[in-house]
Amino acid sequence: MLEVRNVTKRYSAHLALDRVSLRVPKGQIFGLLGPNGAGKTTLIRIINRITAPDSGEVFFDGHLSRPEDVARIGYLPEERGLYKKMKVGDEALYLAQLKGLSAHEARTRLQEWFERFDILSWWNRRVEELSKGMQQKLQFIITVVHRPDLLIFDEPFSGFDPVNAELLKQEILALKEQGHTIIFSTHNMASVEELCDHIALINHAQVVLSGSVRDVREQFKDNRYRVAIQRPAEEVSPINTLFQVEEQVVEGDVCRLVLQKNPSVRNAELLSALASHYEILSFEEIIPSMHEIFIRTVSSEHKPQRYA
Amino acid sequence: MHKIGLIIKREYTFRICKKSFILLTLLTPFLFAALVFVPMWLASLGEEENSVVAIIDDTGKYAPFFQSTEAYTFLPVEGSMAMYRERENKEIYAFLHIADDLARNSGAAVLYSSRQVPRSLVEQIDRTLTDAVRDERLKMFEVPHIDRVIQVVRSEFHVRTVKWGDEGEATTTHSFEVASVLGLLATLLIYMFITMYGSMVMQGVMEEKTNRIIEVMVSSVKPFDLMMGKIIGIGLVGLTQVLLWGILTVVIVAFGQLFIGNTDVMLDTGALSSGVTLASESQVRMAFEQLLALPWLKIIISFLLYFVGGYVLYAALFAAIGSALSQPEDSQQFITPIMILMLFSLYAGIYGIENPDGPLAFWASLVPFSSPMVMMMRLAFDVPLWQLLVSLLLLALTSVAAVWLSAKIYRVGILMYGKKPTLRELWRWTKIRS
Repeated sequence: MLEVRNVTKRYSAHLALDRVSLRVPKGQIFGLLGPNGAGKTTLIRIINRITAPDSGEVFFDGHLSRPEDVARIGYLPEERGLYKKMKVGDEALYLAQLKGLSAHEARTRLQEWFERFDILSWWNRRVEELSKGMQQKLQFIITVVHRPDLLIFDEPFSGFDPVNAELLKQEILALKEQGHTIIFSTHNMASVEELCDHIALINHAQVVLSGSVRDVREQFKDNRYRVAIQRPAEEVSPINTLFQVEEQVVEGDVCRLVLQKNPSVRNAELLSALASHYEILSFEEIIPSMHEIFIRTVSSEHKPQRYA
Repeated sequence: MHKIGLIIKREYTFRICKKSFILLTLLTPFLFAALVFVPMWLASLGEEENSVVAIIDDTGKYAPFFQSTEAYTFLPVEGSMAMYRERENKEIYAFLHIADDLARNSGAAVLYSSRQVPRSLVEQIDRTLTDAVRDERLKMFEVPHIDRVIQVVRSEFHVRTVKWGDEGEATTTHSFEVASVLGLLATLLIYMFITMYGSMVMQGVMEEKTNRIIEVMVSSVKPFDLMMGKIIGIGLVGLTQVLLWGILTVVIVAFGQLFIGNTDVMLDTGALSSGVTLASESQVRMAFEQLLALPWLKIIISFLLYFVGGYVLYAALFAAIGSALSQPEDSQQFITPIMILMLFSLYAGIYGIENPDGPLAFWASLVPFSSPMVMMMRLAFDVPLWQLLVSLLLLALTSVAAVWLSAKIYRVGILMYGKKPTLRELWRWTKIRS
């Protein structure tokens, strides 16, 4: 759907994007991650044709991105704004028409959305009278109303209460079901795990990590296991250098362990060694969370990269 | 083109529907009309009140010279000053005491009153006495037929000004006052509109930037379309307002005229506002004829062109400033130079009236930043066509250049937040490739 090739953007003092390449598959949710100031917003602006890259290209649906493609993108920026003095309905109609909808089409679709979000009664009120959450809903509607092929959400959940955040999440998943491609930029790693199929992590103007969420997490596995055993008489200690014990917590009759397995040891060996000494209640490999991966990657960025 | 139309439509309808716009548009013509009618009404009030001025002329020579007017009745009375001073005198407004022959003793005439005497009365008395004393002194030379000579000499005179056209033919005659008032009005109107609507453009741009809708906007439309849409939309609001003001003022004045039913007083308004209060009827008629004789079509067309040109030029600058700033507090530093430029133009327009073809007026009416204001002043006095065309051409070129340069600053500025940029940074922005 969207491909960014070798995009570089330099502002007078610093390099905002350094040969960034990424590929967003059609019909999937793509997480664009990175710490503040990494260059995400610049990249989004380049995709939106708000600014032009110094070098490199953006391909949209197989062709070099053209000005008309902007109508096929819906962009919900992180910093949201609306004309405060306008009436809710007028403003939505205006912005929808700017995206290329006819006045009539815009009105029908907006009314559908307003009904779905339960804000139809606000049509003739002024925007400034709306609560922040309502303004967020309105903004979301405005972003998706022209049914763009590509949706870009920058921190969509900020400012939403849990109920509305859930509603929004369902809407985003529904949009994905309908075949929209979604780029999703956020710091909230839990929502990345829930929603995203693919991610790219940008740090210091470069893509330092990319791939499907599952692959990335697999990549970051580091032979750690969570084991629960029946409480032994004495403390668990390493057996034959097969593993290290990182954590050991006793809860009633259960002892919970976190083990670091020696990389050359197979699971079967570890298990049989454990089983010969203890009564095993559960055994699972620890797959690092996106949160952990994010922090590890970003904070080790200046060191040589092992995983990327 | 479709999108810029939408933007213009929004800017226009949104502002037209604002309560403040409707109120200002509807009430201002009444204010204009009040400015015309209230002085007239007050003047007519004064005229109805006829005050009596008693003349105690000890010499008996001067009393017959005084002729009563609508405002004052001069009444020769007998008796001494002391007598009248003691008595309460409600009916008599003032006492003129002439104690001695004024030809010999010029300090012998004194005006007494218990109230502040208006200047017009003093002036009338002065004029009458001056004439009387001059006649008396002339008579002392005992020239034959002196009475007839005096009468011939004293006939009133008004000079007519005739302006030559290019072939030396006498073209229209312009009264200085009528043309000045008209020129001044046009100059002020343009100044007012550029300031008002220019800063409206700036506020609009800053509003979009500070409430961050700009990100959504620029992902749907080109920044240039957004800026031009705003400038054009707000400009149309301005034109609408001028048009409505014009129509409403004419309607209200026409109604007022019907209501008052005194056309002569109506015609006097031009003279009134220029400070000539005692215009005789013939002068008023002349002023009105001259008003009609002005090249109206040329003035109106030029007014619209200068209005649009000047507005676009300044609005583009205001838009660039608005885009470059993140906080309204920072705007002062950037607006000040523009305001100085505009104030200079306004004063050049006002002082240019003294000499509409002088070097100040000439150059200021060609330089694009001041030409909208100064040329409108000169137009009432008739300007050579080549100067008008050169001035308009320069204005058009500069406006296009200003829009072009501002668009470059705007494009970068609207997405820049943080500290306010320096002029050097602004210059660098203009060179950034989009």
